[in-house]
Amino acid sequence: MSVYFTKDHEWIRMEGDIAVVGITNYAQEQLGDVVFVEVPEAGTRVDAGGEAAVVESVKAASEVYAPMAGEIVEGNEALADDPSLVNSAPEGDGWFFKMKPDDAAALDEMLDEAAYKALLADLD
Amino acid sequence: MAEDAKDLKTTPLDGLHREYGGKMVPFAGYSMPVQYKAGVLQEHLHTREAAGLFDVSHMGQARLTGAHAAEALETLVPGDITGLTGGQMRYTLLTNDAGGIRDDLMVTQCGNHLYLVVNAACKDADFAHIGANLPDGVKLEIIDDHALLALQGPKAADALARYVPAVRHMVFLTGGAHKINDIPCFITRSGYTGEDGFEISLPASEAEGFARLLLSEDEVMPIGLGARDSLRLEAGLCLYGNDIDETTTPVEAALTWTVGKRRRAEGGFPGSGVILGQITDGTERRRVGLVPEGRAPARAGTDIQDLDGGAAGTVTSGGFGPTVDGPIAMGYVRTDLAKPGTRVNLMVRGKAQPAEVVKPPFVKQNYVKD
Repeated sequence: MSVYFTKDHEWIRMEGDIAVVGITNYAQEQLGDVVFVEVPEAGTRVDAGGEAAVVESVKAASEVYAPMAGEIVEGNEALADDPSLVNSAPEGDGWFFKMKPDDAAALDEMLDEAAYKALLADLD
Repeated sequence: MAEDAKDLKTTPLDGLHREYGGKMVPFAGYSMPVQYKAGVLQEHLHTREAAGLFDVSHMGQARLTGAHAAEALETLVPGDITGLTGGQMRYTLLTNDAGGIRDDLMVTQCGNHLYLVVNAACKDADFAHIGANLPDGVKLEIIDDHALLALQGPKAADALARYVPAVRHMVFLTGGAHKINDIPCFITRSGYTGEDGFEISLPASEAEGFARLLLSEDEVMPIGLGARDSLRLEAGLCLYGNDIDETTTPVEAALTWTVGKRRRAEGGFPGSGVILGQITDGTERRRVGLVPEGRAPARAGTDIQDLDGGAAGTVTSGGFGPTVDGPIAMGYVRTDLAKPGTRVNLMVRGKAQPAEVVKPPFVKQNYVKD
């Protein structure tokens, strides 16, 4: 199963032609305790790099961007009741939304795991 | 504020912050911990349940000396300073000629001097302003060789009393000179979290050693600026630069209680004409507490609308209250909307989020008054 990453610290996991999107463990560590998440509704159109979701820690609000253009097929409703899933399982149950990309070729521009790890190493 | 790390000042506890995993951020020209390993949420809750140690050494400390120091300070603040007896402490405001607020500060009557604590971001301007407005015989001595620690929470007295037993007998908003293991220090029973607690001014060279002793106590955990902010917001206390500034008056800011009774009769502080007029005639806006419905926090800068969509004001502090377990905010609204129970809309990301006007604090204050 292929996992891709963006420079904005999001991950994308392809399940068939559907992309599951969340934020990385590094991103949740930077945010701190997540207290509120707003996910997009199914049917919402998103542009590449456009605002798709909001994640708030005690201290501040941050945007989660759509990694590519497409249509949202599901927002993770579990995050409304338990936003701390983003901290406890950022790359599992703490996913933000599922989307159908307009063009799966957009994935070619994403980072693979090795490239993302190299990016993190540069940040330290 | 764009600040290069190399230009930042550090406090005497800088090494300790890093040792405890403090995430260091620029704040008012200093490198300060926004949180430690436990995170803002746990640090906040721990302070309300036990005790938290805060490094507030970046704040400005000074002594005002001279036989007429209190009279001199009263020409700059609306508080009753000459009425303070030995050891009494008061929250007051430096006002400007338009009735706005230059800074908020704590003043303690120490017998032969007044002890002042002002905000870090304002301290240079404050001290220049105070220094330039003193009569002969009154002097401002800036204390730049002392650290300032705040120990806050319901178990703060238990922890501190192991080193200074006398603190058990202090009441809130009093202060005095003490010794900690032969180190001279000045301790006030005060703070800015809504909890009981103490602020301890001690020589910079001794600060790390004593902070380590306090942190070795079971009740005590180090707390960063993030939780300091959420604690003071829940307590309904103003953050200078957000909730009060040069454009807000004490009356608009719901701080009329800081204008002493005698001062209302006599005036004689900067902006007294404007401020005393507003006490009589009212103001067009007022600072209130806001409790949003739902879970989404409304941050500073969020527009407030009345239920007809008309402009009603702006949120000046807002976020998530860990003890409240929900979003809370403060802001200025039109006076006709300032009554507790009034419904307004907070425009969060373009969507109207209903909220109720309340009178802060959002949590019960736990001060030891007798």
